[in-house]
Amino acid sequence: MKLSRMAAIPLRQFYLYRGSVARLVPMFAWVTIDMVLWGFMTKFLGGVTQTQYRFVPALLGAVLFWDFMTRVMQGVTTAFFEDVWTRNFLNVFGTPLTMPEYIGGLLVSSMATSAVGLVVMLAVAGLGFGLSFAAYGVMVIPFLLVLFLFGMALGIGAIAIVLRLGPAAEWFVWPIPALLSPFAAVYYPLSTLPPWIRWISHLLPPSYVFEGMRNVVAGHGVNTALLGVALALSLAYILAAYLVFTSVFRHAVKTGLLARYSAESVS
Amino acid sequence: MDATRDRQPVLNVAGLRKHYGTIQAVNGISFEVCPREIVGLLGLNGAGKTTTISMILGVLEPTAGSITIAGVDLARHRSRALAQTNFAAVYAPLPGNLTVWENLRVFGLLYGVKDFKARAEKVMDQLDLKKFRDTKCGVLSSGEQTRVGLAKALLNRPRVLLLDEPTASIDPASAKDIRQTIRAAVRQSDTGVLWTSHNMYEVEEVCDRVLFLSRGEIILEGDPKTLPAQYGRQTLEELFISVAREPLELGMEER
Repeated sequence: MKLSRMAAIPLRQFYLYRGSVARLVPMFAWVTIDMVLWGFMTKFLGGVTQTQYRFVPALLGAVLFWDFMTRVMQGVTTAFFEDVWTRNFLNVFGTPLTMPEYIGGLLVSSMATSAVGLVVMLAVAGLGFGLSFAAYGVMVIPFLLVLFLFGMALGIGAIAIVLRLGPAAEWFVWPIPALLSPFAAVYYPLSTLPPWIRWISHLLPPSYVFEGMRNVVAGHGVNTALLGVALALSLAYILAAYLVFTSVFRHAVKTGLLARYSAESVS
Repeated sequence: MDATRDRQPVLNVAGLRKHYGTIQAVNGISFEVCPREIVGLLGLNGAGKTTTISMILGVLEPTAGSITIAGVDLARHRSRALAQTNFAAVYAPLPGNLTVWENLRVFGLLYGVKDFKARAEKVMDQLDLKKFRDTKCGVLSSGEQTRVGLAKALLNRPRVLLLDEPTASIDPASAKDIRQTIRAAVRQSDTGVLWTSHNMYEVEEVCDRVLFLSRGEIILEGDPKTLPAQYGRQTLEELFISVAREPLELGMEER
């Protein structure tokens, strides 16, 4: 594995972001809108319920964490889509670039863009609504780590779908976080969900994070063993997503799908 | 040409096949390309030229056969083999949303070009691209974009250069310049070139040897300057048309 080849992918992304308002603005705009919208919603709920429940770290914090995971996923998919949009597969995959290097490059790109999104969200939520990571103590580190890893797994899985089904399958990718959010118990405790949905939730690493986050906010301890399960699940999903992507790539090379990608000749 | 044939080939294709179900796109072709040799791959649309190039480029897996690039087996050591290769094709322009320099920088990293700045300056100079250094490729003319693609193709001093109709979309004067540039670059290096084109004048001018491909098989091979006379034709274009329409008359029926 050569780091210089891997570096080509984030460098390309840097060049694109540097020269494009259309790419830079969404990095800040959507997360800012989310923080403002949910910040006021949190204020409103705090006012009407008149309880001691800490809505800012429990609800606005959950939105911030979920947005972060979404940004990680989109960081991977967007870097991949750049090759789709510019019909660049032949140029990129006709080079010595290996699959671990390509995926590694997409992940590094995602780290950079999601980190920017996280900083912006923290700034808006902190300055506007008083949210601070201090509310979660040191547990903020495993929380972010699990969400980061799961976001990567989703991103790799999503690009496997697009590679297999063709450019139009991009529209399957964008709603993935929204589809998962009810099962991940982002905004409410797991106990709210019917038992059969809870089984699905237990397969989703973010559900452990959000449950743990609410426990911390409520002053209860966090079950670190469950967070360990979430971490292990995230790593397993990354491995599974990577294996699926490489399998789809091999299929694309074998069937000619890669060489004629824009034809969407999926069978 | 004989001198070049004596050397170790930079590209060795043996028994290459590609089938899509019952369709035989490439049917057991074998050929070699030597250093400093330019080999033309000719044939009708759908004859299997681009399929062959895609397989050498590693983006299409052969059904059978082997491809060896500078002594490295492509199937076993894909990355090492592709490090010795590069290509340019009219259907694979570089991303239009990056400048010429940015594109070269990205592909310089991908191909592991060590002395990148000096090399990029040299290929931009060779292809008259210095004035477009900071221009986005998407706003360049077709001919200029072709030159950028060629600059990328020469960047890593490939041992095997694959050119799929490199002058297809450009005017005759620019095409002539490009042919001269490629020819000069090849002569000054150990690069072997596989070149597809439908312009027989171009093929005659640049190629040391041609391979006629029909329905996935090589049915004729030789020097483009002497081959037409061997088959009673005035020009390479006449021979091409005959091969396409009446291979049986020429005694080159498909095996």
